[in-house]
Amino acid sequence: MSQIEVKDLTYVYSTGAGTPKRALNCINLTIKKGEFIGLIGPTGSGKSTFAKQLNALLKPTSGAVLLDGVDIWRNSQTNPEFARGVRFKVGLVFQYPEYQLFEDTIYNDIAFGPKNMGLCDADVKEKVLAACKFVNLDLNLLQKSPFNLSGGEKRKVAIAGVLSMDPEVLVLDEPTVGLDPCARESLLEQLYRYHKEKDKTIILISHRMEDIAKYSDRVIVLSNGNLVMFDSAGNVFGCDKILNEAGLKVPQICSIMTKLKAGAIPDLNDKVLTVDGAVTELLKFV
Amino acid sequence: MEKFIDVVDLEFNYEEADSGCKINILDGVNLEIKKGEFLTILGHNGSGKSTLAKHLNAMLTPTAGDVFVRGVNTKDSSRVYDIRSTVGLVFQNPDNQIVASIVEDDVAFGPENLGIAPEEIRARVDGALHAVDMYDFRKEAIYNLSGGQKQRVAIAGIIAMRPLCLVLDEPTAMLDPFGRDEVMRVIKKLNKECGITIVLITHYMDEATDSDRIVVMSEGKIVRIGAPLSIFSDVDFLKKCQLSIPQSVELLQKLKSHGVRIPSFALNEDECVDVLAQYFSHR
Repeated sequence: MSQIEVKDLTYVYSTGAGTPKRALNCINLTIKKGEFIGLIGPTGSGKSTFAKQLNALLKPTSGAVLLDGVDIWRNSQTNPEFARGVRFKVGLVFQYPEYQLFEDTIYNDIAFGPKNMGLCDADVKEKVLAACKFVNLDLNLLQKSPFNLSGGEKRKVAIAGVLSMDPEVLVLDEPTVGLDPCARESLLEQLYRYHKEKDKTIILISHRMEDIAKYSDRVIVLSNGNLVMFDSAGNVFGCDKILNEAGLKVPQICSIMTKLKAGAIPDLNDKVLTVDGAVTELLKFV
Repeated sequence: MEKFIDVVDLEFNYEEADSGCKINILDGVNLEIKKGEFLTILGHNGSGKSTLAKHLNAMLTPTAGDVFVRGVNTKDSSRVYDIRSTVGLVFQNPDNQIVASIVEDDVAFGPENLGIAPEEIRARVDGALHAVDMYDFRKEAIYNLSGGQKQRVAIAGIIAMRPLCLVLDEPTAMLDPFGRDEVMRVIKKLNKECGITIVLITHYMDEATDSDRIVVMSEGKIVRIGAPLSIFSDVDFLKKCQLSIPQSVELLQKLKSHGVRIPSFALNEDECVDVLAQYFSHR
């Protein structure tokens, strides 16, 4: 059974003046448990709005989001306990999550979610430590203030604060913006490990096409609030024309391979997503 | 000849509030920035890149050492306006630096505050908007613009003050791929056609490949300065500095490590395709 089912989801908001904006336009898709989903689209395409619909932070103008078969918005309206449950099941990491840190110590900040789930102190501690392990956070820091950390470390704490609730679905809105290449890669590797080891669903929003190509099972492409494509990473990044029309690009490695196939090596298999994949294909012609 | 921007033995530190420990952000930085060059600064988070950038127009002044902009010491507080009109700063998030609600009003804000005559302001605003390819949007409301367009307006707002040097701190970090291309095209154009000196801080390795020189920072120090070709050919060094290489460079490196004898080296996508096409068509 599908874990998330998005049915005819439309979201319209008023800009205050002029015509209302249609941020999401009749989106239909289903996501299975344990998938790693990439979500791409140009600025203003509706990615962040879509993310907020996934844990009932926004009310659909029409249509619905079903989590394990249950309409999350309608049930949240009538049952506040249900709404809390949805937020624990679907963890949302916003852009620049480090701006949301607020507790006096790192431990308390990460523990805020599990405490609110009503867990006992021992269980809370276990969740906090496990979350720290996943993001590779130095345990000696736990009693320090989160505000004295560097940007990259703060980001880890903020993400650990969501992981500590052990959500079934983790939605991350551009989690690597502003991180240096090593910090970016290690954060993505940690997320991938969390996804694999615990069979959790991940929905990753990013403008870094090479990261989306490397990790995603399937990729959602949004443009102007419309669902343009939802397919395997290989198929999506094989459609450079559609992506270009949507205001996106393929990863550099895909573009290099496409150009080589069009020119010097007509028999080349250019359907690769990573540099290692490209090396394997090119070595066949040496 | 007078040096354009000269950073001499620059140190910057502060005392941590609770422990009283001295935190060194910049630890003996020496750098000469030449007029008209395109300089990229790379470095891990916390390496001191942004702190160095803020020293280039007296947003920060050194704890020890000196920074000279066209011979003027940034510590000379009476000359701060001269320094800031020479060196303009652009930040990561355009929403943090746009002050007006209409495009041309925002671009006019800087020159207005310099006390320039209205006709001259009009000319500068139009010129700056042309330079960033946003002239057609001059009457547009800011909230109707995409991220890339907003960032170009923010750059125009600085250009209108006619700086000789533009320091950009991760100007494309928040942008989608097309927005990034737009902004990078404008930055290169300002450098090549208008002769504006560019200091670009970025985590996108492919944005660095077209610069004249790359400065690599680590732990508050400059650990290497060189041409893109020499910097990106030393993968081990970059890894040690917690940096990476563009996919085009990585592909050629990995093929070479598998014994493929590719004669030359390439930096950007097109060069990479050319090198590989040449190699494979000779087989």
